[in-house]
Amino acid sequence: MYDGVIQDLIDELGRLPGVGPKSAQRIAFHLLEVEEDQASKLATVLQEVRSKVRFCEECGNVSEEDKCNFCSNPQRDQTTICVVEESKDVQAIERTREFRGRYHVLGGAISPIAGVGPDQLRIKQLLTRLSDSAINEVIIATNPNLEGEATATYLTRMLGSMEIEVYKLASGLPVGGDLEYADEVTLGRAFEGKRRVN
Amino acid sequence: MVDTFGVPQFKEEGIVLRTHKLGETDRIITLLSKNSGQIRAVAKGVRKTSSKIGARLEPFMAVEAQFYKGKTLDVVSQVESIASYGKQIVADYDSYLAGSRILETAERLTRETSTTQHYQLLTGALRSLSRMEHQPELIAVSYQLRALAISGWTPSFDQCSGCQVEGPHERFLVQVGGAVCENCAPPEATRLNPATMILLSALISGDWAQVEQADSFSAEQAQGITRAFMQWHLERGLKSMNITESR
Repeated sequence: MYDGVIQDLIDELGRLPGVGPKSAQRIAFHLLEVEEDQASKLATVLQEVRSKVRFCEECGNVSEEDKCNFCSNPQRDQTTICVVEESKDVQAIERTREFRGRYHVLGGAISPIAGVGPDQLRIKQLLTRLSDSAINEVIIATNPNLEGEATATYLTRMLGSMEIEVYKLASGLPVGGDLEYADEVTLGRAFEGKRRVN
Repeated sequence: MVDTFGVPQFKEEGIVLRTHKLGETDRIITLLSKNSGQIRAVAKGVRKTSSKIGARLEPFMAVEAQFYKGKTLDVVSQVESIASYGKQIVADYDSYLAGSRILETAERLTRETSTTQHYQLLTGALRSLSRMEHQPELIAVSYQLRALAISGWTPSFDQCSGCQVEGPHERFLVQVGGAVCENCAPPEATRLNPATMILLSALISGDWAQVEQADSFSAEQAQGITRAFMQWHLERGLKSMNITESR
């Protein structure tokens, strides 16, 4: 145990995800050793990120304005929405340069064991968005795990009555891997999603 | 069993109950094993898309896994899948909710002690749910009542919990263990529809022919009674049951 503000800093750093007491102590002492302006810059950025960054009122993505870059950009396809779990998934999809539509960030996936149901996610906002605008295609890009699949099932059921084409991302074998090392669940999915090539 | 470096290892068959994220790419897996009760172990790198064992360590998967002893938690080293119930369960939202209730119940009831019976009951419930043999909600209720019974908290639906006189009885009180006759019933005992008592009795004995005849009111009442029973014995409710009802 240290005295005063050093211990406070270690305690606060220790609250961060993935940072244990030892790591918190190491980061705290690193901050004491670096140039003062570097530590001040970190403090300023931390304050700014809390005061400036909010969630886009339309899609729920992180943004410094009321609407994020994707929702306010008229160049993006206004008829297609890609539904993702978290804001970081938006960045992953943007890196592909394959999708030119807009996004909707749910804020997680349905996990009854963790107490997360449809009411805790931005599903109502999605339905409102779909009923009000000219969107005719929804791509569900939830994680390919159990909670993500269940969320996709729920969304498919909710969107079933709407005149909207609903798609789900394909899943199967990763590029660059050997077939013999694929697990049976992934390989099974690849077979389910086979496509005709002639 | 030890490996070539002297690290103790063991192999177990089990069903994955739940997972928690750990660090960047790892998960903590909670597994109900056939012979060794609940096992909590770290599965390294399973959140990466390139993981070979990640898909086998999702909830509802029945697996045979090999572990080595870690400092605080065991570590999963190899996994072979025995059965995958998740694919069918997750394709139907009601089955997913019922399945989540089954897994959470199993996780809460087997934290301290569990028997092979717990494992067999869980396997049977998930198999039935994945094949959509009965209504998902009723499979979950039946599982919960029977799991409570295996844990030593058998609810009584035929005999009076006070004087043991044979029923049918219409009064019910969770705190005394189930049905009570008019003589033993305290004022706070709930009055149940006779059909509900018959349904509850059929659910705990696995008389599905009787269960299939139940009306929706009795089914709803049976779910409420089971929920109250679970809450009384587990001391706090199941999170998954709140989701089911707020839907």
